[in-house]
Amino acid sequence: MLTRRVTLRGMASKRTGAQIIWECLVREGVSTVFGYPGGAILPAYDAMLEYPSVRHVLVRHEQGASHMADGYARAGGGVGVAMATSGPGATNLVTGIATAMMDSVPMVCITGQVPSKLIGYDAFQETDITGITLPITKHSYLVTRIEDIMPAMKEAFHLAKSGRPGPVLVDITKDAQQASLDWDWDPSPVKLRGYRPKLEMPRSQLNKAVELIRASKKPVILAGQGILHSGAMQEVKAFAERINAPVAMTLLGLGAFPASHPLNIGMMGMHGEAWVNHAIQEADLLLAFGMRFDDRVTGNLKTYAQNAKKIHIDIDPSEVNKNVAADAAIVADLREALKDLLDVVKPAEHDAWLKYIGSMKGDSAVRDIQTLPDNGHLYAPHVINDIWRITDGKAIVVTDVGQHQMWEAQYYKHDEPRTLITSGGLGTMGFGLPAAIGAKMARPDAEVWAIVGDGGFQMTQAELSTAAQEGVKVNVAIINNGFLGMVRQWQQFFYDGRYAATPLRSPDFVKLAEAHGLMGLRVDKRSEVYDAVARARGAEGTVVMDFRVEQEDSVYPMVPAGADLDAMIRRPQSSVLVETAADPI
Amino acid sequence: MHHTLVALVEDKPGVLNRVALVFRRRAFNIESLTVGRTSEPGVSRMTIVLDSDQTSAERVTAYLYKLVNVLQVEDLGTVPAVARDLALVKVAVAGHDRAQLLRVVDETRAHIVDSGEQTMTLEITGEPPHVDSVIARLEPLGIVEMVRTGQVAMRRGDTALSAAQYLAS
Repeated sequence: MLTRRVTLRGMASKRTGAQIIWECLVREGVSTVFGYPGGAILPAYDAMLEYPSVRHVLVRHEQGASHMADGYARAGGGVGVAMATSGPGATNLVTGIATAMMDSVPMVCITGQVPSKLIGYDAFQETDITGITLPITKHSYLVTRIEDIMPAMKEAFHLAKSGRPGPVLVDITKDAQQASLDWDWDPSPVKLRGYRPKLEMPRSQLNKAVELIRASKKPVILAGQGILHSGAMQEVKAFAERINAPVAMTLLGLGAFPASHPLNIGMMGMHGEAWVNHAIQEADLLLAFGMRFDDRVTGNLKTYAQNAKKIHIDIDPSEVNKNVAADAAIVADLREALKDLLDVVKPAEHDAWLKYIGSMKGDSAVRDIQTLPDNGHLYAPHVINDIWRITDGKAIVVTDVGQHQMWEAQYYKHDEPRTLITSGGLGTMGFGLPAAIGAKMARPDAEVWAIVGDGGFQMTQAELSTAAQEGVKVNVAIINNGFLGMVRQWQQFFYDGRYAATPLRSPDFVKLAEAHGLMGLRVDKRSEVYDAVARARGAEGTVVMDFRVEQEDSVYPMVPAGADLDAMIRRPQSSVLVETAADPI
Repeated sequence: MHHTLVALVEDKPGVLNRVALVFRRRAFNIESLTVGRTSEPGVSRMTIVLDSDQTSAERVTAYLYKLVNVLQVEDLGTVPAVARDLALVKVAVAGHDRAQLLRVVDETRAHIVDSGEQTMTLEITGEPPHVDSVIARLEPLGIVEMVRTGQVAMRRGDTALSAAQYLAS
């Protein structure tokens, strides 16, 4: 019989270590765990049946569990939880943990470990997972005693979600799970001697920033994912409007400031908009809000925004002055810092500067590729732009990594935070489908799309099985060009078109979907896109759509790796996708 | 350029590994690393000497602070500090003038801590350059074994890097 046995505070009772794990999860508000059972985590799985308030999602590979927990956290704003056994179960989580680390995603991974007496003896399925994950976790715990389970779990959640979020691993030996003791929940807040995420506002730097803002004639706000973590969407909007400054977005920042806002000039960086990169290079002040001047954003650091003073607001002290020297370094929670700035910063107008940036846009700003004549071919931008239109820009879109990811960023406009979920830092192929399943679990009310390539999809396509078993509806749009597209593009641009190991043969994705009892649709003409998308949206359960797109299209503009930010490769004028129509967005 | 970093860390398993990782990932070579207790229970003190430029030392300091088990970090390269290194050196005494060795001992404030039939063991304590220079004088006599603790260091004057003070703050 299944009974809920969460104990009440102040009533110590006998609990096994395995039960304590779930007691802690329930108290941390966890309702979904993504995992895969195995020997060393079996006691925890056995105890799970007594905690029916937690939904367990059985994945097909532990990498899927860590990506699902990641997508769950990014879509819902909470902490994602993944669970796996020792050895291969634990090592399979690694790619997902590294992905979460690079993109600052709050996640707790619980792994079983061989009995403490066997640690170090090369026991069956033993691996030093805390050692392996040291550089890719915010922190980790190896728990060998039952009494250490609760403190480790509490600290793990506290660390995962506070300060700059990140993944925390808790490795618990089988004997600690099997042991029992008189246990009571300790409701006291976590105190860690060496971890103080609450920072004092650096007043002198704030004052310096105010002065730089006052003196600036050509400011650009660089909006990053920190805005989401800090919940500073309103403050960023108020601030941008107050000083009338253009807002450029990082990939992970998309959605943190509405795409449709007149001050939003678009994405920066390697595949950012040309005028945005030019604006950054010509700016006299950069206001970096929760972003880290990644090399994909700056290009050549030596020539990056040479005329600009920099105000850098970030909660992580190690990010300030890392890649770009800050003239005002505000190490603080962005929302708090902006609130303080809004108290003192005076309204400004930069109409001439905004007009100048607008004049740089020209036709390349236009995204109304719908009005381009149909030449019988299907292009990825068509597909993505159509999905944007049909979903009214309101879907949560989870991407994989590659060309389709950049096209998504260019052709799907995000007005709401947490509606684009993508592996930005690590660039993990195979992320899309499992992260989309996780996102749908966190936001069952939302329409969730996975836009993936034919390469990345095949890395984790086994998770279709998970989607089918769980009855999760995700619309999967495979941008199928028969190549590892982004690598092919690099080979075309930088390796004399020598396509080494990039042509890709795929299974029949429609049949693959059908083999899972799911709907599969194939589209190879532009005229079929609308109907197919409508069918997919109306269908129950996950739908796999195979969009056969132009094989050798490339993403433009492109700043070659390490080149100056304004040295972009532009789309050739002869291309069918040179946009000339007159759509306002 | 040499940088001497001092870190107060929690005395927990794996902390040395976490600290070492900060250096290994960036391929910084640690010249010496010493760990020992402080007057505060559960808090250890590390002295790390590395050969790097100022920017790298600042980066390392920032990354050390990110470690959950690290309480405080100080770069002693930028402030007046006392530094000490200790060496035990076993020198061959057979085949050369024993008096020559005793003269070195006498002139360099080294201590004889052990002596055998074939060797004599000296303890040398002082600023690292002092220890270097004594070892240089012993080399021609025939060093058969040597160990150095690596540097420990502390800021001069009344300012203290105190674990107790930090924990109370």
